[in-house]
Amino acid sequence: MRYLDLKEVTSAVYHLAIDACYDINEEILDSLKTYRKKEESTLGKIVIDKIIENDILARNEKMPICQDTGLTVVFLEIGNNVHFKGDIYQAVNEGVRNAYIDGYLRKSVVIHPFHRINTMDNTPAIIHTKIVMGDHLKITVAPKGGGSENVSLVKMLIPADGIEGVKKLVLDTIFEAGGKPCPPIIVGLGIGGNLEKAALLAKEALMRDLNDQNSDEMVAKLEKELLEEINRLGIGPMGFGGRTTALAVKINTYPCHIASLPVAINIQCHAARHKSIIL
Amino acid sequence: MTNIKKITTPITKDMIKSLRAGDILAITGTIYTGRDAAHKKLVALIKENKPLPFDIKDSILYYVGPTPAKPGKPIGSAGPTSSYRMDPYTPYLLAQGSLISIGKGPRSQAIKEALVQYQGLYLSAIGGAAALTADSIKQCDLIAYPELGAEAIYKLEVVDFFAVVTYDSYGNDLLETGISQYQIK
Repeated sequence: MRYLDLKEVTSAVYHLAIDACYDINEEILDSLKTYRKKEESTLGKIVIDKIIENDILARNEKMPICQDTGLTVVFLEIGNNVHFKGDIYQAVNEGVRNAYIDGYLRKSVVIHPFHRINTMDNTPAIIHTKIVMGDHLKITVAPKGGGSENVSLVKMLIPADGIEGVKKLVLDTIFEAGGKPCPPIIVGLGIGGNLEKAALLAKEALMRDLNDQNSDEMVAKLEKELLEEINRLGIGPMGFGGRTTALAVKINTYPCHIASLPVAINIQCHAARHKSIIL
Repeated sequence: MTNIKKITTPITKDMIKSLRAGDILAITGTIYTGRDAAHKKLVALIKENKPLPFDIKDSILYYVGPTPAKPGKPIGSAGPTSSYRMDPYTPYLLAQGSLISIGKGPRSQAIKEALVQYQGLYLSAIGGAAALTADSIKQCDLIAYPELGAEAIYKLEVVDFFAVVTYDSYGNDLLETGISQYQIK
């Protein structure tokens, strides 16, 4: 049994949240640069250049990349041999609270969907926990903006819809969203499970390395085909028209009911922010 | 390199008429901020025939909820928010003489029509390029609704603020023409 001080958890969440908001992951910058070379639209090129310039400025000046520093999504992968004294949810929220105040991050959470009074410290975070074998705690902090979340959805398809039905849903959803989610986007898909499992799979798909290879060959092929088809939609950077609509498509799957083909589409803007640590 | 048109406030009807969807602008002068909650309050005042907290005639409204300013800076990161959420309110503000709104993303057909009717423009800033945009904001003063925090109305002094004409006063839509130009069917 390993004893973990919750102060370590609070401190880790604090640093990950600020770091995620200021410092874009290098893989995003690399991908933007690659697509910049292929972009045909003059305005599209200007937009990608400005995004790259922005991300580097934010990193150097220690400023938020985007003013929407998001609803804070936190993934906890908790080893079965780890023991805490106290409330880990409280420890995570303490880290979020301190980060959003000390880090000059925007407070974008309201206490009730109808009352809409700002909590003024960006808590509560959305916390997902998973128990795994081991004596470690992996924490991922992923601030998620409202613009791209607002055009995300879950749809319960039927088995007869198949891969073609999934493709149509994804392409229609992205075309309809156009410039709203701040393209170039990353598309996280959760396919299978049930209603809530599909949504979580889609969010988890967005946490994957941009350049990883899906171990499921059929799914890897679908990721590649969808990416190509999305980039034929013509939406382009910020929806001004162009070749660069998405940088990647990531699909996570799970077994599902004989009657169902659940599909969740979680769209991520180009300010794809997530940072992890293993304690 | 693409031509950038420099414009300075106050905005005139002649300026509006001279600009077309797709034009890239560098704006210098005064702009006001406002997003969901501020729009709701402004339109409530208009409906009650009460005075607004700033002179809306010929104004530019920027849809933004910035991050808090760090010490020594006028403002924090300040990129645009999605404009379509302001669609229910915008025609009321155009009717009061506001000329330009700046945000990001597509809006309703009703907005395109209102821009033709009232001779106004809808511009896009670059979503997510919020640190870069903050660089062009030199001063930020609170005008109304401090209780709304990031959603309050601020008066900004900007220099060479980057924006792209998205809907013009002739009914042209950059998003529609741009996407159809690059769509492969």
